[in-house]
Amino acid sequence: MNDKKNLSYLDSVHRDGRVWGIILCVLLLAFPLVVGLVFNAIPEWSALAKGLFATLPMYWAVGIIEIFTYVPMLGAGGTYLSFVTGNISNLKLPCAVDAMERAEVKPSSEEGEIISTIAIAVSSIVTTFIIILGVILIIPITPVLESPVLKPAFDMILPALFGGLAVVFISKNAKLSIAPIILMLVLFICVPALNASTVGIMVPVGVLFTVGVARFMYKKGML
Amino acid sequence: MMEFSVNHPILFVMVGILIAVVLAQSIYFLVRALKRAKEKGIDQKTIKATISSAAIFTIAPAIAILVGVVALSKSLGVALPWLRLSVIGSITYETVAANNALTALGLGAGQTITDPSVFVTVLWVMTLGISIGIILVPFVTKKIQGGMNKIGMKDKKWGEIFNNAMFLGMISAFLGYVFCDVGLVLKGDTSGLVPVCVMAVSAVVMAICGICAKKFKIRWLTDYALPLSLISGMAMAIPFTNWLG
Repeated sequence: MNDKKNLSYLDSVHRDGRVWGIILCVLLLAFPLVVGLVFNAIPEWSALAKGLFATLPMYWAVGIIEIFTYVPMLGAGGTYLSFVTGNISNLKLPCAVDAMERAEVKPSSEEGEIISTIAIAVSSIVTTFIIILGVILIIPITPVLESPVLKPAFDMILPALFGGLAVVFISKNAKLSIAPIILMLVLFICVPALNASTVGIMVPVGVLFTVGVARFMYKKGML
Repeated sequence: MMEFSVNHPILFVMVGILIAVVLAQSIYFLVRALKRAKEKGIDQKTIKATISSAAIFTIAPAIAILVGVVALSKSLGVALPWLRLSVIGSITYETVAANNALTALGLGAGQTITDPSVFVTVLWVMTLGISIGIILVPFVTKKIQGGMNKIGMKDKKWGEIFNNAMFLGMISAFLGYVFCDVGLVLKGDTSGLVPVCVMAVSAVVMAICGICAKKFKIRWLTDYALPLSLISGMAMAIPFTNWLG
């Protein structure tokens, strides 16, 4: 175990993240196979092909884009956890970003790496337990969760999340935020194809555009 | 051979095992990060605030995820949605993937599946559709992060601006999304204004929290500002929806 001491914290996070990631990947892909074996059932091939054709191109494209967009924001530990536990844009990412902002650390520093990992790990654990509790109590809570009175609250989670987060970042970077916000408002209002299911594609567009604008303003001495 | 049912106990056992492994991974990384935080001498107050704030913040989104489990459980039983929404999935994705598979099979979303081969087909579509992240992340994360760290090392000030620009770009995309249906107002449909109003409430609550925390030096207010603004926005979505449709 001598080499363990020579590894930096970040390197060891990468090493362990890979091991956990590969184990979980194998387990997850094995699950449909095992279910098929247990119930002695094979998929309906033509329906499987149709279903995959409707699902894969879009979601694999978005998935690849998401990796490149979110890894720099989440840090290493945060990435290995988030891409296993999911619900990134509606939960893990805002949670990590808020935590790093309050602790005044950057995701590329080791402190940022630690804070982001703690926030995302806690969030994943709490989510897992709430869902377990929900699954156990599913019969009594179903009428509450499906009540039409509460539906709007659950539908509006993204606007309620990003309103608060936007205030923090816009107030600190007022000059830089003008151009990307105008661009995104124009795009989303004028292009009908942009909606809840395509916002994932626009995130990297926004990031690249804002970084470009920032580079320009920085070089001109405006920031 | 076992008689198939979407809520067969063996499905719960298998899903339970998978979720236990995922939970173990989170706990493992949490413990490592906490140890490292101590070694680095990061203020324990900051760590405690990070933990409690993350936990409180997670409650409302987690309940929203539970709503997704309930919705999908009608046709898929409880075990599969439980797995899909605890591991990698997200509400928006899983519903689309399940519907794509059910449509391909010629079934409606509300019918309970009774045929195991139908169930396995849906299961494969949902699993493969979302799997790109978990397949690629172990192999590319280190490279992407290494490239990012170089930016910060060369020019510290630019590194900081770069980080802010990245977050702002992400946030601006979601702000744009909030406004995606305001155009409907021209056709007399005001429902597109609901997300805009909800966002405004959340923003105002956040701003008030920030100002009060600074003026009266209330530390806990900063720690819980995001969950507070989230809950306020969600709560106000109810009257806004009744009012604007």
